[in-house]
Amino acid sequence: MVSTTNRRMRRIGSGVLAAALLAGLAACSGTSDAGAPLASAGPDGIDDGTELTLWTRAPLEKQANLLVDAYNAGHENQVKLTVVPNDDYVAKVGAAAGSNSLPDLFAADIVYVPNWVEQGLFQDLTSNIDALPFKDSINPGHLAAGTSDGKQHVLPFVLDLSMLFWNKDLFTEAGLDPEVGPKDLKEFAEDAKAIQALDKPDTYGTATGLNCGGCLVFTWFPSVWASGDQVMNEEGTESLLAEKNAQEVYSTWADLWKSGAVLPSSKDETGPTWTAAFTEGKVGLMPYPATLLSSTPFDVGVSGIPGPDGGESTFVGGDGIGVSKDSTKSPQAWNFLNWMMSEEAQVGVLAKDNDVVSRSDLATNEYSSKDPRLVTINEVAAKGDTPFSLNFQEAFNSPSSPWLTLVRNAVLEETGTVDADNQAITDVLSQ
Amino acid sequence: MSVSVSSATTSATSATSRPAGPRRRGRRSGSALSGWLYALPTALFVVFLFLVPLVLVFQMSGSDWPLLGGNQGVNFPENYQKAVDNRFFVDSVIFTLKYTVLATVLLIGLGLGLGLLVQESSRWKGLLRTSFLIPSALGLASASLLFYVIYSPIAGPFAELTKSWGFTFLGTPDAALWSTLFLIVWRFAGFYMLLMLVGLQGIPDEVYEAARIDGASRWQTFRDVTIPLLKPTLALTTVMCVTGSLLAFEQFYILTKGGPDNSTITIVQLIYSVAFQGPNNLGVAGALSVIVLAALVVINIVQIRAFSKKVED
Repeated sequence: MVSTTNRRMRRIGSGVLAAALLAGLAACSGTSDAGAPLASAGPDGIDDGTELTLWTRAPLEKQANLLVDAYNAGHENQVKLTVVPNDDYVAKVGAAAGSNSLPDLFAADIVYVPNWVEQGLFQDLTSNIDALPFKDSINPGHLAAGTSDGKQHVLPFVLDLSMLFWNKDLFTEAGLDPEVGPKDLKEFAEDAKAIQALDKPDTYGTATGLNCGGCLVFTWFPSVWASGDQVMNEEGTESLLAEKNAQEVYSTWADLWKSGAVLPSSKDETGPTWTAAFTEGKVGLMPYPATLLSSTPFDVGVSGIPGPDGGESTFVGGDGIGVSKDSTKSPQAWNFLNWMMSEEAQVGVLAKDNDVVSRSDLATNEYSSKDPRLVTINEVAAKGDTPFSLNFQEAFNSPSSPWLTLVRNAVLEETGTVDADNQAITDVLSQ
Repeated sequence: MSVSVSSATTSATSATSRPAGPRRRGRRSGSALSGWLYALPTALFVVFLFLVPLVLVFQMSGSDWPLLGGNQGVNFPENYQKAVDNRFFVDSVIFTLKYTVLATVLLIGLGLGLGLLVQESSRWKGLLRTSFLIPSALGLASASLLFYVIYSPIAGPFAELTKSWGFTFLGTPDAALWSTLFLIVWRFAGFYMLLMLVGLQGIPDEVYEAARIDGASRWQTFRDVTIPLLKPTLALTTVMCVTGSLLAFEQFYILTKGGPDNSTITIVQLIYSVAFQGPNNLGVAGALSVIVLAALVVINIVQIRAFSKKVED
């Protein structure tokens, strides 16, 4: 309560400074902060022909479009979707948050959600989420990321899991079993080298984005989890990426890089084209985003990402979505969120498009039973993890992150400075 | 010529204005008002687009101001302390200075060379001038994107060549720096050529004729006639080039993103990354901006002083 009055005071103060018009607006949004309308709207929210605005980032454009189109077709409310390039998203949300002009609904990369919730960008949805009959089957990683002081602010919008994909044609050519993926990291490296040994022009064993912190987090953390280790302590203030299993991941990739089985452009890949070579059929196997399954044009095998001594895990990434602090239409916005979690949207829209559903009780559905790979993905999702830290972006995703320094030193330069580099990550996480 | 004309007109106006003095006093209040009205659009422009943002940056630099949280109150010396303590601060300052020196030497040298080349009337003059100037018509961000593709080891036209040589344009710190410098030279050399050309054509032919009569060699003419008379142009281009290079951002943001291994982070990129790519701290970013602003003011004063002193000599 104290914080809401403070916020209202601040808002009115800045409004007076700017102009009478702005002050009027500030007073309007100030009343919505009281939070009464959301709870009084009932479990389904309100569908009265309101126009809602929704922002998301470009990598999830396809899924966002499908969801919004399906919602608009069946409801009075109309959602207007804005897709922002990935690299500009934080800056755009930041600018809007500063000027109190966030859209009604906006999605956020799940690793940023804890920080954004902490900054008060999302409205409290606890009573609405608690009232959902299937609450216990909603992806727990996403719910936890949006929970602060016991209050829930965020629901899973689109789940993006990192899975090991392999090109079945290249596997057959290399004399490997196209139906069985590698069981551990050693087999992964052997398979990559076997495909490299085909010596086909422009074809490589594996690929990744060695100048892309987000890609490496997404594809290498699961190997650490698969062996039972953690990447950070529970509070997200200390990096554990110098432990034995993490070291094993770096040395496997260092060996692959030295042997020439990694796509050479991976060295400078900053993210925009890190999956392109696999999609073109030029890479044997690689950890890859499951959201791209439906747009991969050839036959691929899918499994969880293996650890150094077996096991499998996945990075439960993707975007969480919530009602913004600036929305004056929260009952209508909840109507969209409530529909988004329904079987109609999860199965009828997402599963139909070969995407992962965010409710475990719907993991087995009419579409997944047609494609066993979807069952695999949904099963591994339950074993996956979502890392939690307030300084995640600076420590891992940013182009100048200490995590990138660690990986490049360990894999490309082999400087043997993992302990010192790991300490640099901890320094950023703990500030 | 022009000097004598202008001094003649100023003495003429001062002579006529003296007797007209008392008559104008009656109109003064009206003309003052209309004068203010004429100046108003520009004044508003300056206040809202220059003064207000400037004050805001100063306020930001002294406040605890997270990107997503808004102004949280005063945090005065800490922001500056944090800005200077940033783990990339020293590296980015050194890299920015290195880049500025290289870019300035290359651009001024090439601009002057190209200017001399196309100054003489020759059959190819028109074609040469146009072809050097055309890149200047492209925005810097678009030019950077163009080179991003040209340098790309996957899609670029030199992809095969770089693969067989085992070399990438942006793969090592030195390669990234020189590849970016090449883009900048390609984009700006024509523009500086144009400025030099204007300066060169302002040098009267009589001076060259006198030098020829005195038996000066080509090199002597260049060193003792062209360079001294070109000094105002050289001052202008150097100040422009140094300031522009110190504020370099787009080319590195698009081509290298500060990589590889954080070797190409310029000071403006550091400001951007502190504000939007991690710490999301507008206060520290504001403090960095103020530091850069102060440095720019000092550097420009020093440059202008240095050049004007030489002109007097």
